[in-house]
Amino acid sequence: MHFIFEPGFFSNTTVRTALVLGLLVSVVSAAIGVFTVVRGQSFAGHALTDVATAGGAGASLAVISPLIGFIGGGVLGAGAMDAIGVQRVKGRDIATGVVLGAATGLSALFLYLVTLQTSTTGSTQTILFGSVFTVEPSTLPDALWLTALVLATLFIIRRPLMMSSISPELAQSRGVRLRLVGLTFMVMLAVAVGLSAIVIGSILSTALLIGPPASALKFSNRFSTAVVFASVLGTLATWLGIILAYDSYYWSASHRGLPVSFFVVSLVVAQFVVANVLAQRRRVRVVHATEHHATPEQVGWI
Amino acid sequence: MTNAWISGTVIATLVGVVGFFVVMRASSFAAHAIPNGAFAGAAGANLVGINPLFGLVIFALGAALGIGYSSRRTRSDVATALALVMMLALGAAFLATSNEYEPAINALLFGEILGVSSSEIVPVMVLAVVCALGLAVLYRPLLMSSISSELAVAQGVNVALIDVLFLVVLALSSALAVPVVGALLTFSLTIGPPAAARLLTNRPHRALACSMLLSLLTLWAAIASSYWSNLPIGFFVGTFSALVYLLARTWDTTRNRRLARTVA
Repeated sequence: MHFIFEPGFFSNTTVRTALVLGLLVSVVSAAIGVFTVVRGQSFAGHALTDVATAGGAGASLAVISPLIGFIGGGVLGAGAMDAIGVQRVKGRDIATGVVLGAATGLSALFLYLVTLQTSTTGSTQTILFGSVFTVEPSTLPDALWLTALVLATLFIIRRPLMMSSISPELAQSRGVRLRLVGLTFMVMLAVAVGLSAIVIGSILSTALLIGPPASALKFSNRFSTAVVFASVLGTLATWLGIILAYDSYYWSASHRGLPVSFFVVSLVVAQFVVANVLAQRRRVRVVHATEHHATPEQVGWI
Repeated sequence: MTNAWISGTVIATLVGVVGFFVVMRASSFAAHAIPNGAFAGAAGANLVGINPLFGLVIFALGAALGIGYSSRRTRSDVATALALVMMLALGAAFLATSNEYEPAINALLFGEILGVSSSEIVPVMVLAVVCALGLAVLYRPLLMSSISSELAVAQGVNVALIDVLFLVVLALSSALAVPVVGALLTFSLTIGPPAAARLLTNRPHRALACSMLLSLLTLWAAIASSYWSNLPIGFFVGTFSALVYLLARTWDTTRNRRLARTVA
């Protein structure tokens, strides 16, 4: 047993908190990520993480709760992207880019001032790269209600959101208010990535938001199936990554463990590569059998 | 300081041109991912003890080719996101295993006006010339495929090849810009001034010239401000780039209103 789980793995509070938070973040990222991938908003999803990070750095400077900084920064960023024009597909790229560029500038200033204030080394890296092992167990209640908020909102707006994600024209003709749905989605995306950025760091936030949903969508066009499948894939990658990172501490004589993010991202990318290969084979088979067209019922949004 | 001005001028001119195409082609995400990937390369080069510029170039090229290759098989934004996080995770692993001093990492992330030493100025110039030549050769097909890929295909342009070659140029120019402007802020300079230039004029050639000019002004102003205030250059690059865009946007809106009133 010690071959897989190094001594003290399960009795360690840090590890237990990490496992629980990893599960929460994987599920919420999977749910919002499936829509993000289908809507082609991966860039916005990633950019909001960096914007949230700027908020987090600002919060640590102003000595307010980092959670407020991360979430507040993300929501403000989402609002700014909407104002510049994230709705129109053509302007989306620029709107996201300009907001991201400005936020990175602020990050640079905040982090510089933070390093002037504190003499502790590694604060920049913790804010930028994050580490699930540095999360306080007291973050757990906040993470729980924020997860619930995002999942509940997604559940409520699921129909108009699915429809507008697949065909904005059709959705509009059925009376869906595209702008309202789009903005609600962006705000929820900001909350979700802000939460995961503070819990597991900005790298993993993007990895879990895009990787597992993209892999899951290779196998199922149904939103609900894809969300469940992506949650499972994300949780597997996160937990296995945490185990490997914990073990890596014992691999070298110098006891310098490798970061959790390295393992989790590698696993997420590996899942995606495997999913691509499998989907490719399946597609060849399906094409051989019949010409297959998904009906709206099969897609799962009617 | 002289080195900073020389390399800054070269970088801003180059980024002004490359950024113009990035904005035209709506490939901001790749322009964000490649410099960040390059950062991981610099961290890795430090670990094995070779010149960071090698690491920057190798990783930037790797990211560009990875994005180009997988974009044909899957959604390009998904491919870019995954390439980006993989690079960053590698960077984090390199940093965890090396004894890098934190200010050195911050300099790579947020830029350092004294980031180019006299011995590095020659390789920087060589790379810049390679990029400029590449852009000159690609110019016509690149412009055509950026305006309309259907039109370019009809004219016999190999659009897929142009895509990849452009990503390679983007990678080289990013590798140049990262030591001075920083991995995170190279992106701001790539997007802000060119996006502003596009709002100011509809003509491609004029927009290109305008983009170069705005990019130069932004970087010069950032270098000067950083020098006088001792604050990180990245902050000024980010803020000035956003400011330039905001001003162009305001100008564009008021002009449209005036036009609408004249017509009415």
